[in-house]
Amino acid sequence: MTKLKTQSLHKRESELAKANKQVEYLSNGIFADGELPTFAKKIKETSQFPLKPKKLEILQINVGYMCNQVCEHCHVDAGPDRKEIMTRETMTQCLEVIKNTGAHTLDLTGGAPEMNPDFRWFVEEASKAGIKDFIVRSNLTIIVANKKYHDLPEFFKKHNVHVVSSMPHWTKGKTDKQRGDGVFDASIEALKMLNDVGYGKPGSDLKLDLVYNPSGAFLPGDQEGLEKDFKKVLSEEFDIQFHNLFAITNLPISRFLDYLIASDNYEDYMYSLVEAFNPSAVSNVMCTNTLSVSWDGWLYDCDFNQMLELKVASKVKHISEYNEAILNDRNIIISQHCYGCTAGAGSSCQGAVA
Amino acid sequence: MSYYDPKDLRKFGNITDWSEELGTKFFDYYGKVFEEGALSAREKSLIALAVAHTEMCPYCIDAYTKDGLQRGITKEEMMEAVHVGAAIKSGASLVHGVMMMNKVNKLDG
Ligand code: SF4
Ligand code: SF4
Repeated sequence: MTKLKTQSLHKRESELAKANKQVEYLSNGIFADGELPTFAKKIKETSQFPLKPKKLEILQINVGYMCNQVCEHCHVDAGPDRKEIMTRETMTQCLEVIKNTGAHTLDLTGGAPEMNPDFRWFVEEASKAGIKDFIVRSNLTIIVANKKYHDLPEFFKKHNVHVVSSMPHWTKGKTDKQRGDGVFDASIEALKMLNDVGYGKPGSDLKLDLVYNPSGAFLPGDQEGLEKDFKKVLSEEFDIQFHNLFAITNLPISRFLDYLIASDNYEDYMYSLVEAFNPSAVSNVMCTNTLSVSWDGWLYDCDFNQMLELKVASKVKHISEYNEAILNDRNIIISQHCYGCTAGAGSSCQGAVA
Repeated sequence: MSYYDPKDLRKFGNITDWSEELGTKFFDYYGKVFEEGALSAREKSLIALAVAHTEMCPYCIDAYTKDGLQRGITKEEMMEAVHVGAAIKSGASLVHGVMMMNKVNKLDG
């Protein structure tokens, strides 16, 4: 049994549950008085402002904020109490877009996307569209949370879904601290179930990748080094195999921002991000090749902007009026949270970018 | 206010301001030392953490604790490294006891 770590900011009725409060916070303090340069100012130095999209490659669809977990640093502020769920009607609008898009990757995320009652229907329909890479971001524990989810590995396999799952550390202590008691054991069990149907095996087409994000107020280390350590421990101690590890930086929004402020780490963390700014990561940040769709069909530059409720700066703002050419002509909306995407080797939902 | 200000660590790079050549040479050397080599960068990080403690340098302790976390080094590994430093430090003190014994034996043996 996994035990919930905390409550969502929404449930706690925290001020920071409001997206505009977060945006405000990120623009005030050290950034308002010029102690640190704003992200816009920083990318102006290297003539990368305004940030513009390149060719659309990834369509990321968030099918709802409901989750069986309440991880300490969740940027979605997901949890069992979040009732925002994509309807079949919005899914149908998404399917229209999926059939006609130039993007080669479809990336379903949440919350726990599997908790959406229409999830399986959506995957079945979407897999018919012939998208090259079909990703589902599964938090692993959902697979073992309830009997009705136990067959998910088989279901994923049937639709050739590429499974990407979070794993904050190879030790139980660090994983459970961030994600809740019992999460490590449940994740190991789920990974074994995925391995059993063929996921993650060397040379297997059934892709299983893991996402690592730091368990506290520090940046991720070198992705390759971390992958080596994860592979060694997971294989030696648990006989588990996976393909790639994506090291992702925690962005200072939502519950992670709340944690940074409460633990008095906010300023130091922002300093670390700004110091680690890598201009060559800017041209490859996620928003340059991705569009993010929210549960209610609105369009965003990325999942982070979605959580900050910063809709795309385009005439086209909703999936129902989708037009790739018009959307591609927009400027990307940036703020100080963007420093999380350009630190060190850069960070995106697919890991390092530089 | 103590002599050490955690914010000063951020200014370490400014050392080059007053002697560009020596400062730059130091930072180049420093960077090179910590690169992956015959020892892994991970092993070097743990050595640095142990030495940071024997030197009792608050800046280095800050820096290499964070560096360790970034590399996924566990707190148990970090604590063992600190003990290695402490053991060498105490061993270094204690082994001088032999000098004391020699002297006692010479003067009063
Ligand atoms: S991080 Fe993922 S698994 Fe954890 S609460 Fe957020 S959406 Fe759920
Ligand atoms: S946070 Fe979003 S908008 Fe900002 S750089 Fe990252 S992907 Fe782009």
